[in-house]
Amino acid sequence: MVASAYNEIEKLPTGVPGLDHITEGGLPARRTTLVAGTSGSAKTVLGSHYLAAGIQEYDQSGIFITFEEPAEEIRRNLLGFGWDVAAWEREDKWRFVDVSPIIGGEPIVTGDFDFGGLMVRVEQAVKTVGAERVVLDSLGAVFTQFTDSAIVRRELLRVAAGLRDLGVTAMLTAERTSEFGDVTRHDVEEFVADNVIILRNVLEQEKRRRTVEVLKFRGTRHNKGEYPFSIIPERGIEIIPLAAIGLTQGSSNIRVTSGNDKLDAMCGGGFFRDSVVLVSGATGTGKTLMVTQFTGVGATGGEKCLLVAFEESRAQLFRNAQSWGFDFEKLEAAGKLRVVCAYPETKSLEDHLIAIRDEIETFKPDRVALDSLSALERVSSVKGFREFCIGLTSFVKDEEVATLVTSTTPTLLGGTSVTEAHISTITDSIILLRYVEMLGEMRRGLTVLKMRGSFHEKHIREYRIDENGLTLGDPFRNVVGILAGHPQNVTAEEVERLTGLFSEE
Amino acid sequence: MATEAVKFTLKLYVTGRTSRSEQAIGTLRRICREELEGRYDLAVIDILEHPKLAEEDKILATPTVIRELPLPIRTIIGDLSDEEQVLLGLDVKADR
Repeated sequence: MVASAYNEIEKLPTGVPGLDHITEGGLPARRTTLVAGTSGSAKTVLGSHYLAAGIQEYDQSGIFITFEEPAEEIRRNLLGFGWDVAAWEREDKWRFVDVSPIIGGEPIVTGDFDFGGLMVRVEQAVKTVGAERVVLDSLGAVFTQFTDSAIVRRELLRVAAGLRDLGVTAMLTAERTSEFGDVTRHDVEEFVADNVIILRNVLEQEKRRRTVEVLKFRGTRHNKGEYPFSIIPERGIEIIPLAAIGLTQGSSNIRVTSGNDKLDAMCGGGFFRDSVVLVSGATGTGKTLMVTQFTGVGATGGEKCLLVAFEESRAQLFRNAQSWGFDFEKLEAAGKLRVVCAYPETKSLEDHLIAIRDEIETFKPDRVALDSLSALERVSSVKGFREFCIGLTSFVKDEEVATLVTSTTPTLLGGTSVTEAHISTITDSIILLRYVEMLGEMRRGLTVLKMRGSFHEKHIREYRIDENGLTLGDPFRNVVGILAGHPQNVTAEEVERLTGLFSEE
Repeated sequence: MATEAVKFTLKLYVTGRTSRSEQAIGTLRRICREELEGRYDLAVIDILEHPKLAEEDKILATPTVIRELPLPIRTIIGDLSDEEQVLLGLDVKADR
């Protein structure tokens, strides 16, 4: 348990990935937290994960009080997350208190009653396994079992008080009728008003997006706003603590090669090792080639490189790499390179982010290339995409891996994409690849637009793509309007005149 | 056909000896005497003393009456203040 010097409320780390981050340390210890959400918002999964993580990571036993699904069903469902509840029950680490309705056995209610049966069973269960965590799922289901909601409310209040007396840290779930509006259907929040967490499952631009929000933690701090999360088979809930990631990354002065000597020179000696570089260009400007060189040269030089491709298949990538002199197959066999290809549509953006993070955590690369971000934009809402970009960049910066991401501009000449609008401020360097139409010919120009913390060349240099890859040539001296998308030839005299306009004398 | 009396097996779960418990116990005992004389088994169980039994019968609220026999099993929750409802719930005229 974590206690801070401010005499703050003690918190119990939950062990649910990301939750402790957004709650700044976990659930308020020995108190009750309400988890409210619409049907299908993963309340039961969160509750179960809270207990499972307690057992697996903190050796704390838990009690699951179920008013809704029979224990047998929950046991079966949780196996899918790799949680063998039956085994934990045998080891006295998990207990069910099953108060789910008996099918066909609708009780007749006459007169006043109390929840003495429940309280005694919970007490008994908590004492037998020495439980520190309790989940009650769900409050709404209690109300459906009884018609007199005044009695139910009074009795739930006593249950909440009972849990407090037992000294357990409890999570109570409750239903909401809409994603935005009253906290719960039966105004149950008043019992546990101290702490409220809201789960949402919102349909946004035809995409389901799950988020979690800490609405209030009385007397203690937490991160505000909604955070996306995902439910992963074999693992459970994973919250992506985007905005909560602090700008705490160190800054490195060590440079790594971009895979192209001349480009390194333009950047003032290569990319910084812990930087994120965005390469933006229209289709066919050589973005994938830059990715290939970045990873190929890195891997050949002994660095571990991870290439995540969303646009091309392995076969295509490997064939192209071969034609530029990189044997990806050999590099992969040597363990220096790992190529992951995926269709953007196969999963949600949150799942992609988690998958990429997993790859980085297991492979531990020195370099990561992602081709392209724009492909991912297709499968997401604008908000989701922005969060993905922030989540990805903050993670790779935390891990200090040199990262190259590409973005496709929608127009051939000039232009920016939504991708860039979201990521340009969080990247350290931006390289633009642009078509330049000159005298009836399509030529290509490259410029380093931004290079955080370093000198960089300001010219727009012409480059060619040939069998050696990307070859940089001389700056365009007599063309203006390249970046605006309206390249115009100007005469040598005009260039002189323009230069003269800004000269010192 | 002989009208053989149906046997009733009843369990009454209470939490401690509260006034609510006493009321339920009193009411149920009287009903048994008046309606089921000679053909009932009544067990009053205080779950504070027998939490295991409460677990087995999945007791949520108290007082709770469980009619185990005759089948089907029936459950009545509350202080049994409405006797008519209790009689209806127990269905004391069952199979007679």
